[in-house]
Order: sequence, then structure tokens, then C-alpha cells
Amino acid sequence: MKLTVTVNGNPVSAEVEDRLLLVHFLREVAGLTATNVGCDTSSCGACTVLLDGQSVKSCTLLAAQASGREVLTAEGLAGPHGELHPVQQAFRAEHGLQCGFCTPGMVMAAVSLLAENPSPTEEEVRAGLEGNLCRCTGYHNIVRAILAASSQPAGKEQAG
Amino acid sequence: MAEGVNVSILGTRVVRTEDPALLTVGGTYVDDVRVPELTGAVRATFVRSHVAHASIGAIDVSAARAAPGTVAVLTARDMDDLPPPPPDDGGAGSEGAPVPMGGPWTEPLLAADRVRYVGEPVAVVLTEDSYQGADAAEQVIVDYHPLPVVLGPGAADAETLLFPRTGSNVAVTAGTPTDEPAFGQCDVVVRQAVENQRLAPVPMEGRAVAAVWAAGRLTVWLSTQNAQISRFILAGALGLDPAAIRVITPDVGGGFGAKVGLDRDAIVVAWAARRTGRAVRWAETRSENLVGMTHGRAQRQHVTIGGTRDGRVLAYRLDIVADTGAYPRMSGFLPGLTSLMAAGPYAIPHVETAFRVVVTNTTPISAYRGAGRPEATAAIERAMDLFATEIGLDPAEVRRRNLVPPDAFPHTTPGGAVYDSGDYAVALDKVLAAAGYAGLREEQARRRGSGDPVQLGIGLASYVEITAADAAAGETARLVVHADGTATAYTGSSAHGQGHHTAWAMLVQAELGIPMDQVTVVHGDTDVIPEGVGTYASRSLQLGGVAVHQAARSVREQARQVAADLIEASEADMELDTETGSWQVRGDPATSRSWADVAGHAGPAGLVAAVQYAEGQPTFPFGTHLAVVEVDTETGKVRHLRQVTADDAGTVLNPLLAEGQRHGGIAQGVAQALVEEFVYDADGNPLTSTLTDYAAITAAELPSFELVSSETPTEVNPLGAKGIGEAGTIGATPAVQNAVIDALSHLGVRHIDMPATPARVWAAISGARESR
Amino acid sequence: MIPATFTYLRAGSVDEALDLIARSGDEAKFLAGGHSLVPLMKLRLAVPEVVVDIGRLGELAYIRGEGGHISVGALTSHHDLARSSLLAGELPLLAHAASQVGDPQVRHRGTIGGSLAHADPAADLPAVMLALDAVLVTQRPSGGRSIPAAEFFRGLFECALEPDELLTEIRIPRPAAAGWSFQKFTKRAIDWAIVGVAVQGGRVALVNMGSTPLRASAVEQALAAGAPPGAAAAHAAEGTSPPTDLNGDPAYRAHLARVLAGRALAEAASRG
Repeated sequence: MKLTVTVNGNPVSAEVEDRLLLVHFLREVAGLTATNVGCDTSSCGACTVLLDGQSVKSCTLLAAQASGREVLTAEGLAGPHGELHPVQQAFRAEHGLQCGFCTPGMVMAAVSLLAENPSPTEEEVRAGLEGNLCRCTGYHNIVRAILAASSQPAGKEQAG
Repeated sequence: MAEGVNVSILGTRVVRTEDPALLTVGGTYVDDVRVPELTGAVRATFVRSHVAHASIGAIDVSAARAAPGTVAVLTARDMDDLPPPPPDDGGAGSEGAPVPMGGPWTEPLLAADRVRYVGEPVAVVLTEDSYQGADAAEQVIVDYHPLPVVLGPGAADAETLLFPRTGSNVAVTAGTPTDEPAFGQCDVVVRQAVENQRLAPVPMEGRAVAAVWAAGRLTVWLSTQNAQISRFILAGALGLDPAAIRVITPDVGGGFGAKVGLDRDAIVVAWAARRTGRAVRWAETRSENLVGMTHGRAQRQHVTIGGTRDGRVLAYRLDIVADTGAYPRMSGFLPGLTSLMAAGPYAIPHVETAFRVVVTNTTPISAYRGAGRPEATAAIERAMDLFATEIGLDPAEVRRRNLVPPDAFPHTTPGGAVYDSGDYAVALDKVLAAAGYAGLREEQARRRGSGDPVQLGIGLASYVEITAADAAAGETARLVVHADGTATAYTGSSAHGQGHHTAWAMLVQAELGIPMDQVTVVHGDTDVIPEGVGTYASRSLQLGGVAVHQAARSVREQARQVAADLIEASEADMELDTETGSWQVRGDPATSRSWADVAGHAGPAGLVAAVQYAEGQPTFPFGTHLAVVEVDTETGKVRHLRQVTADDAGTVLNPLLAEGQRHGGIAQGVAQALVEEFVYDADGNPLTSTLTDYAAITAAELPSFELVSSETPTEVNPLGAKGIGEAGTIGATPAVQNAVIDALSHLGVRHIDMPATPARVWAAISGARESR
Repeated sequence: MIPATFTYLRAGSVDEALDLIARSGDEAKFLAGGHSLVPLMKLRLAVPEVVVDIGRLGELAYIRGEGGHISVGALTSHHDLARSSLLAGELPLLAHAASQVGDPQVRHRGTIGGSLAHADPAADLPAVMLALDAVLVTQRPSGGRSIPAAEFFRGLFECALEPDELLTEIRIPRPAAAGWSFQKFTKRAIDWAIVGVAVQGGRVALVNMGSTPLRASAVEQALAAGAPPGAAAAHAAEGTSPPTDLNGDPAYRAHLARVLAGRALAEAASRG
């Protein structure tokens, strides 16, 4: 089938198999490899992107389901001159990443969480991350990063 | 602090240089690598055994070969171009060496006439894309003739042998028989069987490799913790000169010991690239990873602890049956480390250990964060609590009465370990104070008195562990200060999340005054760094970092000569200002020259120093963990409320990085205590082969951790540093386990095996109630 | 990890969806949010030849108060159910249970219709439908039906829907009694319930105590006969056949059912 998905503001069109998963469309067709595959059972969240502004697990969507829609990946978060998004900036400041494999999905999940709940409690942050696994950080600094990002006005950009 | 090391940046919280790229475009892991040599690479999909133990009849690849996109289907029968297996050494196992046992125990690359665990690779299908690979692999038909399945410690006595030529399922035996009088003289002796359960490492990135054979050379992109060691393994397995192989380590998404070197699947991919002349890529799925990557732990232990009624431990014995899975990949190394560290931080006069390593029809066991030491600490910490309960003494007090005192270092244990430095009681006291121990006991007493259905448990673990156990192997560093004044540090260490690029740049800045953002750190490419050992055993800072530090010192002394020549002054008058990164004659700022000036004057290659550094011995970090849990006595559910820790790994280079390592280890340690376990059924079928069933811990189960600072430097290396990477798993697991049992001790519960799942805790509660 | 090959068709209307399914034969499945079906397809436990995507049928996503009942469109996401102020006021049991399904990402995509049609006895919403006495409304070429929840769940992953039948709406009577509770007992927060209990007034339903969601009839009868909640809860495991798995055996599940039923009834009473 032929489809077009708008990825990070750019339309990406291709002729693909009907069964192509959105995560493989992003990685192989759109050439954006920040979004990672970490499991087979929609458990780990490493593949999390935003679909029309909501966090979704791109391994559990067919590319066809995103046809004509807007997808935002971690590569699309930074500003036009590479300025880190406030959540990205907070992850760096708080050492919320180590090997980095879970990080794009974790950051996108955090962006969605804060969009829906701008001032979460620690408990709400932890519950909001139950679909995102990390093996390196123990989550401690990820939670700190999200709480730190939550105290900033929405949309304010930080220098990188 | 060693003389001459500038302290202005060392010891400070510096955010990572690795992060901007990881956050904005993502890391480049093996499956992300896009280079011309891999254009048009075929995808490898493995066919794996779905039975635990069987002889293999025919393998029918005809349908798979005809499937759309199939380039080749390869089995063991196609592997006629490999060197013969290592000579038959009669199966004698070397107790100490973490290398696979050969001879009759040899593990094939692809299973030929027998499979020994579910997940063992039997064939590899090469297709143009991975979707075709999933389809084609399904069409390979393997004729299995099932054999009886051997599982658990009982494998030692099972009739069925995994390796009939060996005559036994016991691969390694070691240890001493019990000295009965040593225990007979004790007022009190307590015995307990303890299970240290099988775990899956679950790095977020599974195993992955890409390989291409061109112009007589093999280039391999590998998700590994050691590029150089991997190159030698490949050379041996494929019958190649190491010079004909280049291993490149891109970003690695976690390893935890399970990516040390490379294993059979990756070797098969490299072989297939040479065999077919096509570039080949493989990135395992999570389902493959859970059965195909090595597992950790899996020790059945028996502890015997004896002492006086006033709390002095006189004798301790640890017996281990170590399940090594279907192939003995680490010989006796892991239970050997457990035995070495059996006594923990305690001055116990009489310590005995014994172990047997058994093969079973399960995934092979290898190192997993802690690698033998969590098992040691979990055993002795359970024993200390059991002893404390038996004599009616507070568990903190029992520990305090038995810790090696601070004036006793270096301390040699009965097992032969030489602990370099430590102040064990201070770590214990700091944690008790930070936790508010007395208040916690009061709260516990209040809830017990009121019969609160939700009880409070407080658990302790004091530990000492061994880092850089292979200190003699050392590490390499080559430092270049270029003619433009920037620097490049080539390290044999191999970070997979630890932040070495930041830490090594800090060391260069501290020593030379070249700003971090002008220091590039390179690792993991054997063409550029042919000699190196890599990252495991918490060795990197004390070996790789010190090597960088020493290379920097060597560069500084070379530069002193060059600068003197440049300024036409005497060497003795030359001084380096590490704040500004400039050389001058002491007291004469007008003579100031930059690193660019000096390096440029040295010649077009700048200034270079290459170091092979080995420290004299391993180091022994230590600490105490205190866990607070709530146990719902009506359901068995455990809530982890607090984890208070002191993890002393000597001088801390970057507290941000050190804390991150502690956090990650704590989470994995708590996971072992509460939720994670890899389980097989009676037929050897894995029951936890996806992440819905293997309960990897999430943020929702954990609190934020309370880390107490403690730095007792070592004199073993100039940085005063020990290793921090594995402390969390070692200390956290027994603290949490002890806390759960402590919550229920007033009901008569003495022991609960890990993980303390709700069902298991409930069984202990109802069992204790029934026996009252 | 990779689904087997299939043909993807997208429906632009309910009628078109029914038509596409009818013409595609037995090996066709509806695809709503996909968070029950796609995982099964990736593991190749489900291998439909045709997938009819109904996920864009916005006309099936709604929550409306209509006289004596609340109507919920089958394609309403768990996220929207959880955030609905109408449900928070009228059916807090449903809003709360929906907030417990999976994780935030799953809740953005998963739908109530998809979850109910999947008929997993360990899922949260099927038991809630029993507790709420819901009616499941369908459409099919030969004429739609209104199926009471008690008749909808037939067996393990088996519901009353015919292959050519589309679940379009869930109709829930406004509860007579306000007290409600949802007790979901898990090992990890992300896990399916080891056992769960849903209470609305005097109706008690069980999660994961059999091959379908079950009414705890013995508990309900005891309550109706005037037993206090603690005594009534003691009957929670009667008539159930709980499974054995890594999380527990039948005896443990029966015990949990009794404990959770007691807690649910107490909590419902505090809200009544």
C-alpha cells in the first residue's frame, strides 16, 4: 500500500507492506533511528512517539494506522537551531540517561505526561512511566528530570 | 589525593558530554549503523530449538530456501570451513577461569546433533529484509527426538547426561568438607537453604551484530563490552589472524556483564558474512533475548552459621550448587567468586565454602551485574539475620559486633581475599542515622502492638565486594595532544552507559588544563585501539581511568621538555597552569604558551603517550543498605518505601555519575528481591520468555533512593578509586529480602525465598499462622 | 515480532466496515485501537488474512447521557473514558477502571469495544460491565442486537459476537446505588490483575477468577439477605474456577477474592 505519514513536520511517503509496523516505518523508511525496538509485547516503551500529540507505542501500530497523521519522534523535539526541549534539557541536567537506549521513548512519554498533567506529583510521574522500562538509571534521575521540567512554564525553551 | 592532581574539576558534578547527541538524534546502536559497507546487507534470523533436550534428526530447509527473499539457509553441516574445536582436555575444569569449558563440554556454534536448551540456535536464515526472515524461519522444519529433561540442583544425580562423554552433569567441584568441631563449639548454630534465583539481564538493547567480509578482512559492528577480546574470540573461532578482523563498538544499550565478548550467535553471523560474501545484520528480538542471552545467578545455597549467645559469629559455611545452564561458559568462576567473598565484611575466624557446578537443560549462565558477589552477600546477610533472630539480638547490633574493625586493614580473609581499605562500621552507622533507625523500630512496634494489617519491615545488608578482580590484566590508554591544542584519549575501556567519555575528559582537564569540550574520547575500535580489556567487573575507573591519568602525566612531562625548548628556559623552571591550560616559566607570565604552541612545537603528530596500566591488586568497596518495606499481611503484597544506602567506592570522580551507577544497581537489586525470576516448567519450557511474564521492575514499584556519601580512598591506585558499578545490586537485594522477612518475624516467619512475590509472602504468612 | 502477511482495508463508515468484513470471509478481523489484536498478530497467535481498520470511525467515539442510561461509543479510548467528567460524575467505576488499563500509551489507543470483544477474563473492563449491568449493542448486515453483558462473555477470549458483527455501543443504566469500588491486585503496577473485584451498589464482579468475568453471586445474595459486607465477602470464591499461573494458584486467588471483595464492599459503602 502507498501511504504518507507526517513525521516531525515533514511528509514521508512510501509504498510499503500492509503489515509494516510504525516503528519500522520510522526507522527504515523515514530513516529516523532514535526510536528503538526493545521488546515484542508492547511492554518496554522504547518505541514511544507522539501520534497527533498523544504518546503511543509505535511497535503496536501499523504504519497504515498512522497514514495521514502527524508523528513526533525524539528527533523532532529540539528547536530549529538544536536547542534542547525543556524535557531534554532536564534529562541532561539530572543525569536521567546512561546508555540512552530507552531515552527517546522515555522522553516522549514524559512530554506527553506533562502535556496532560503539567504539575504531577512524584507518585503520578512514577505511575505515568509504568509503560517505559529502563535498566540503567533505576528511574531515580528520570523522575527528578520530569519533576524539574514540570516546574517550568510550558513552551519555554532552554539554551542547549 | 595523589600529588599534582588538580582538584578543581575532579569530585564535582559534571553533566555528561555524551548526552546532547543521545537526546537529540539518539545513540547509534548496531542496528542504527548506516555505512556504505552495510548497504544491501542481508538480515539474519535464527531458528531456535523449542524443546529443552533432544537429539536432532533431519533439518529440512527446502521450504525456507524457496521462501521469498531468502538468500541462504545455513546449518552446522555447512560449517566445513572452520578450525577444529579445542583439544579434548578430558573435561578438567579450571576453577578460576571465566572461559567456556572445552573438550567434551564444547558448545557448538549451531547445534549439530543435539539441542540442550529452548532457544539454542539450530539454523540461520539470511533474507533480504527482516520481515521475510520471520516468514522464512518459520518454514525450517527440524526433526527433534526428545530426551529426558534435566533441571535444577538435582541434575547432579540425574540419570540423563547432557554430555555423555563426560560421565557427569557436574562440571566443576571445589571446596572443603565441614570441620564439625568448629561448629560444635558454638552456643548457637543455624542452618538454612537459600535460593538465589535465576535472572535475565534484560539490557534494553539486545544482542546485535553486523558483519562484512571484504578484501580478506572481516569488519564487525558489535554490541559488546570488549571489542579487543571479541576480536580474539572471533579469530580463534573462524581460524583468522586477528589482524584480519576489525571490531567496532558503536553505542551499546546496556550490557550488565551479559555482553562480555561475544557469543555463538554473533560468531555465526560473522561466519555467515564470510561464507556468503554478503554483509549480514542481526538484532535479536526480546523473545530471543530472554532465552538466548545468558542468564545470571541461579545458585542453590545452604548456609550454616554458628556463634556465641552474645552475638559473636565464630563459624560460617556456604555450600553452593551452581546451575550453569546447558553449557559451562564460565567454568567455576562465578561460585568461585561467591566463595572468595563468602565472609563479607565480617571478621569470622572459621569460614568454609564448597560448590558444585551442574549443567541443566536451560539457558547458559554467565555474569550479571555483581557476578557471584550478590550471591555471596545475599547468603551471609540472610545468615546474619537468622543468627540475630536466634539469639534475640538486633540485626544492626549483630553486624556491628562482627564487622572487620577499621584498624585491621589490609585484612586477609580466611578465603584469601585481601581487603585494601574500609570503615565498615561508619557506613553502617551513617545509614542507620540517615534512616532514623530508632524511629523505624518504634513505628514497627506500634503497628505490631495494634495488629495493623500492614506491617513495617526494616532490613539491613552490610557488604564488601571485589572490583577489578582481574586487576593484573590492567587497561590501556593513549593520549594525544594535537597541534591545535585539542586532545584525544584512546581508551581500552568500553562504556555502555557509564559515562567514561565525560569522566576521562575530566581527568585530562584536571591533569593538563585542556577544557573538557576540547577532549575527545575514543573507544571500541580495534583498528584504532588494538589492545584493551574492556568494561566489566567495575574495573574501568581504577584501571582505564588511571591509565588515562597516567598518560596525561606522561604527556605533561614530555610537554615540560618541549615547552622549555620552545621558550628556551630550563625544564626545572617550567610550570603548567591547569586553570588556564598554559605553560610558562614560573613567575613569568609573559612567557606563557598554550597547549597548541607546545604541541605544535613537538611536531605534526603533537604529543603522544601510550600507557599499559595494571594495578597491584583488586579493590574492595563496601557499604550498608537499609530497606524499609510495608507488607500487607492480608494479601502478601510488598511495598518498597525506602532504600537508604552508603556505597563507599573510594574517591569519587564525578558524584553525578557515581550516584547514577548506584541508582541503577539498586533498582536491579530490588527487582531480584521482589519481582524478577526466570522460570521453567518441568519440561524445560521457559514460562517467562516475554516482558509481560518476566517482571522487569518499573518506576512504579520503586521509591526515590536516599544515598549517603562515604569515601574511604584506596592506596592501590593514584586516584584512590574503587569500582562502583555493581554495589547497588550487591547491597540492595539482601536488604530488601531481610526487610520483608523482618516485617513478619513476629508471626514466626524466619525465611522467604526471592522473589518475595505476593503469593510467596502470603504462603509464608499462612504457613506461620498454621504452625502456631 | 513481525505479523504474518495480511491485507489491510480501511472502513470509512460502519456500513462499509460491515460490508468489508462480510466480503472478506472468516479470516478477517476488525482493528480498532489494535492494542489487543496487534500484539497477538506480532506473536503470530492471530493470523487474520484481512484486517478491517475501523479506528477512524469517529462517530463511534462518544460518551452521552441519554435518559436512564449512559451511552458509550465502542471506539471510545480508555484515556477518554478515564478523563470524562460525565463518567466521573455518573459512572466513576468505569472511569476509574479505565484509568487502570495498561499504561498511558496503551490507554491512548486502546478502546472499550476492542477490550470487550477481546474477552480476556483478566482484563479490567469486562468485569466492570457485569457490575454495571451493561448492554452491548451491535450492528451486522442481518440486523444488530442488544446483548446483556451477562451473555456477552462466553469463554476464554471468546465473546458472543459473530464474525460479521460489529460492537458499536455500550449502554449502561444509571446506577441505582452510588457506592462503587474497583480493587485491582497486581504484582507490578503494569501487570494484569492477579485478581480484581468491581462493585457497584449490590452488584459484585470478579476479574481473573475464571475463563470469563464472573458475578460473585453468592456475595450478592448474602448482601441482599442483609449480611454485613465482611461476612458477605467470605463467599467471593464460590462458583469460581480461578486459574493457576506464575502469580498464584487457585487457593491463593480464592483468598484474594475474599479479601478484595471485603475491601471493595467497605470502600463502596463509604461512597454510598
